[in-house]
Amino acid sequence: MAVKSFLFALALSLTAPVVALAQGFAGMGSEAQGFATPSLGTPLSFPADHGPHPDYRIEWWYVTANMTGPDGTAYGLQWTLFRSALAPFATQGWDSPQIWLGNAAVTTPEAHYTSERLARGGTGQAGVIAAPFEAWIDEWHMRGDTVDTLQLRAAGTQFSYDVTLEAQGPLILHGQDGYSVKSQQGQASYYYSQPSYALSGTLTLPQGEVAVTGSAWLDREWSSQPLASDQTGWDWFSISFDGGEKLMGFRLRQADDSYYTSGTWITAEGDTTALPDGSFDATVLEVSDVGGRDVPTRWQVRVPDYDVDITVEALNPQAWMDMSIPYWEGPVQISGNRTGVGYLEMTGYD
Amino acid sequence: MTAATLAALWSHWRRNPLQLFTLIAGLALATALWSGVQAVNSEARASYDTAAATLGEGQYDQLLPTAGDTIPEGTFIALRRAGWIVGPVVEGQIAGVRLVGIDPLTAPGGLGPVGNGGMDLPQFLAEQPVFANAATAAKLQTLIDAPIVIAPATAPDTAITDIFVAQRLLNGQGQLSRLIVSPDQPLGQPPLAQIAPDLTRRAAQGGSDVGRLTDSFHLNLTAFGLLSFAVGIFIVHGAIGLAFEQRRTMIRTLRALGMPLRRLVMLMASELMVFALIGGLIGVCLGYLVAASLLPDVAATLKGLYGAQVSGTLQLRPSWWLSGMGISVLGTGIAATGALLSVARMPLLASAQPRAWATARGNARRIQVMVSLGLLLIAGLLAVFGEGLIMGFGLLACLLIGAALALPLVLDVTLRMAQRFAKGVTAQWFWADTRQQLPGLSLALMALLLAMAANVGVSTMVSSFRLTFTGFLDQRLASELYVSTENAAQATALEEFVAPRTSEILPRLYVETELAGLPAEIYSARIGRTYRENWQFLAEAPQVWDRVAAGEAVLVNEQLARRAGLWVGDDLALATDVVLPIAGVFGDYGNPMGQAMVSEDLFNALHPTAQSTQFGLRTDDPQGLRDALIRDFGLSDQSITDQAQIKAFSLSVFERTFTVTAALNILTLSVAGFAIFMSLLTLAAMRVPQLAPAWALGLTRRRLGQLELIRAVVLAVLTALLALPLGLALAWVLLAVVNVEAFGWRLPMYVFPRDYAVLGLFALVAAVLAAAWPARRLAHTPPADLLKVFANGR
Repeated sequence: MAVKSFLFALALSLTAPVVALAQGFAGMGSEAQGFATPSLGTPLSFPADHGPHPDYRIEWWYVTANMTGPDGTAYGLQWTLFRSALAPFATQGWDSPQIWLGNAAVTTPEAHYTSERLARGGTGQAGVIAAPFEAWIDEWHMRGDTVDTLQLRAAGTQFSYDVTLEAQGPLILHGQDGYSVKSQQGQASYYYSQPSYALSGTLTLPQGEVAVTGSAWLDREWSSQPLASDQTGWDWFSISFDGGEKLMGFRLRQADDSYYTSGTWITAEGDTTALPDGSFDATVLEVSDVGGRDVPTRWQVRVPDYDVDITVEALNPQAWMDMSIPYWEGPVQISGNRTGVGYLEMTGYD
Repeated sequence: MTAATLAALWSHWRRNPLQLFTLIAGLALATALWSGVQAVNSEARASYDTAAATLGEGQYDQLLPTAGDTIPEGTFIALRRAGWIVGPVVEGQIAGVRLVGIDPLTAPGGLGPVGNGGMDLPQFLAEQPVFANAATAAKLQTLIDAPIVIAPATAPDTAITDIFVAQRLLNGQGQLSRLIVSPDQPLGQPPLAQIAPDLTRRAAQGGSDVGRLTDSFHLNLTAFGLLSFAVGIFIVHGAIGLAFEQRRTMIRTLRALGMPLRRLVMLMASELMVFALIGGLIGVCLGYLVAASLLPDVAATLKGLYGAQVSGTLQLRPSWWLSGMGISVLGTGIAATGALLSVARMPLLASAQPRAWATARGNARRIQVMVSLGLLLIAGLLAVFGEGLIMGFGLLACLLIGAALALPLVLDVTLRMAQRFAKGVTAQWFWADTRQQLPGLSLALMALLLAMAANVGVSTMVSSFRLTFTGFLDQRLASELYVSTENAAQATALEEFVAPRTSEILPRLYVETELAGLPAEIYSARIGRTYRENWQFLAEAPQVWDRVAAGEAVLVNEQLARRAGLWVGDDLALATDVVLPIAGVFGDYGNPMGQAMVSEDLFNALHPTAQSTQFGLRTDDPQGLRDALIRDFGLSDQSITDQAQIKAFSLSVFERTFTVTAALNILTLSVAGFAIFMSLLTLAAMRVPQLAPAWALGLTRRRLGQLELIRAVVLAVLTALLALPLGLALAWVLLAVVNVEAFGWRLPMYVFPRDYAVLGLFALVAAVLAAAWPARRLAHTPPADLLKVFANGR
């Protein structure tokens, strides 16, 4: 899921003026020096780490969900809150260097509804509190006493949703106890997930309200420099198999057409194994024309170590997020030697 | 062959430099006035557009405080967290500059100056610059401690910055001025009253407010520009027609020598295009000078009338060069089409003798008369049935063009009558000869007619406006002193302080709101002697003041009454549960907004938190009260204004309008004079064969010259006499149709006979000046030339 962050960071922070910006805010010489970077062996601590880390450049709270309506129709939803820091601290008031970006979407087999919000930290318009947990931007929120039970709401001009999430298993730490490496050069982020929420609630679509049930996946990640400079985009998969196992895998595309891959195999009980570079394999089977762009929407995914050889197909190939940072994000359906549902995120195809 | 033809064509101009000058000068004048006016208009519009674009004014709905002028920041957050997509704006004044703070992350219009100024969002947030144009930046430089970035596209006297910087510079931490409502709102939004009951939503105005208000002013300017252009094209048409007539022999010879007709026409057309480009170039340069000298006055007028900020300095925009050159080429094309067609159609073996250029062509004249009658008929229909500003201007156009086209016929009939009553051979010949010349002069005379009519019409309108407005100021500015206080506490103290020293205290208090679905003000009136004695109504019910004072009725200004279609006796809703009958309609000249006036008690009940900080004070001893306020109460001198000052300021605004109008009047009149001069000059050369017999029969050359001069005067006087009713009709349309549509008020029309007499005199002088040289040339024609006419048997 680092791609979004990558793009978001690129848009807001990694461009040339950022240097001036960082200097402007804190008088620091260069962007790299001011921000904290993830280090191996730092244990994550909860509930504090559910909250924001303003000394890291980028961070997100990312929920995706696969749902079905009363008639069996499949739906997907996304609720995302990004934090991007222009300087590594937080203050109250309009001069806060923390910028918040919210993206929300509902995907049906025929349509894809999106909405975006922007806010400055320090005014109360957007933010995250670790306990009791609340993440919000405008009227969108994700909140609960703990992250085990959450109420999730968002709305756009054509859609809204209000759903409840109940955790069915433990938090999952990716990589080495949450330290997730993103390139051969060692770029890394802190990355944990809650992949097994049971979901119930209501979608409001132009056709009317739909009662839905399903499963949801929360991703939490923060870093200051998640990708190497020669990485051009990525393809990220989160898959829930019908047997209860889960798979998170991503493929970072590099300028020389090679890939860096990583992933986590999660058993039905919540035990994890990190998949080293090369053991997760994703191959494009079909490309769709999405608003003039060529975007892969059918994939073959193989993890030989766990006997996974599946076809991943977009529920709606047109799930393009036409936001200030554009990307593709939508629900997928799994067939092959295992079945299930999941979410696919692809960046760098615009 | 081509080169030889070009040389032959050019030799004509070399031998007739005056014709060449006429052609180029006509084009240059036409282009100059047109592009000058366009420059003024586009500069003003660019100013409004930048203002509207950067601040999202006009485009979006807004939330404004119902009372007071600030919105707490907490209200903004509460609205956002309830799902209201609104963007905060902080506004204030620093040394006459409007400082606007926005939040680029939530502003529905996007980033505003960010991006325009070549700066991206992170840089904008980090460096926290203030955007302003060069002139505004210079004003602010020493006053604020924030980096100023010059962004030429920023509206004049406006500076735009981040909301944080604006709050800091304006000392308004935690306070917002208004909220801009995004057109895209999410589902499930609660009603505004539930989240922020203290805010009022004001609907988008559909285009910038200021732009709409000032439209009529700019349309007036454009009409002037078009008129001048038309007059210039008359000149060009005359010059081209003459040149082609004179070159008939040459054209026949060239064709007889084997020059293909198509190439010849092409060459003549290209020759004209070259002239058009040269004339256009000179015209655009002249236009720039015209615009540069008019713009400061126009800017001052617009600011005074509408509060519209227009940059007083002209920027060279590539579009003017293009449009100036384009209009010059287009005008030449229009003027030359007829001449080129006649060259193309001329039979090779036809007589190469210059036709009497001025021979009337019956067919064309009949068409002209029919078109004229048609246009006048349309004008009549529009006057009765038309609605809207565009219709008003359509009416103007039909009236003016129709009248201009009818001019030759009317003059011809008049001259024929004069001829019938003429005694003696010379007189009869004079009238007959004048009639014979009429077609050649008619274009120039039409130009004179239009110029004079425009002069009469516009100056009648402006003078009527001034007279009405001066009278209106005398009624309205009844208080001897006007005092501003800084806050509500000081206002209360002031009322107590002045109570024993004045005969009446008149608070100035209003809120902006919506009435009958239109943006309007509700004004509080402390009804006493001043209102009862000074206020004049356009229409009123009996006991109007008693009823208003009792809170049983309301007064509205003419703007609101006309726009909402209300009049005395109709009901007006002031709030959902407060509906009162209208007891009177008052004139409110100069105010763009609709206004309703209620008694102070009713106002307080409707808007309990609104408090006045400005007061009008009635006193017999203004100087004594002023001194007391400064010495004993501690008010600063600047916060007290006396009646005379306000009146002087208001009138100075109209003086500036006058300056602009007067300058344009003189310019159009000069162009018309020039047109007459050129027509006479070209005719003079051709008239030798017509005059030679008269000379041979015993009229001296001197006498002939005198007759030429008299002819010019007679035609000018006739035209001026016809221009007067046309001008008055024009004034009526401007006052009773255009003004009502544009501003919402109707002005009484006053007539200024002395001004018209002076104007007629000017036209006469212009005609005499224009005729003097051609007449003199005629008087000095060598007898040999006159004799030659007979020798050549022409």
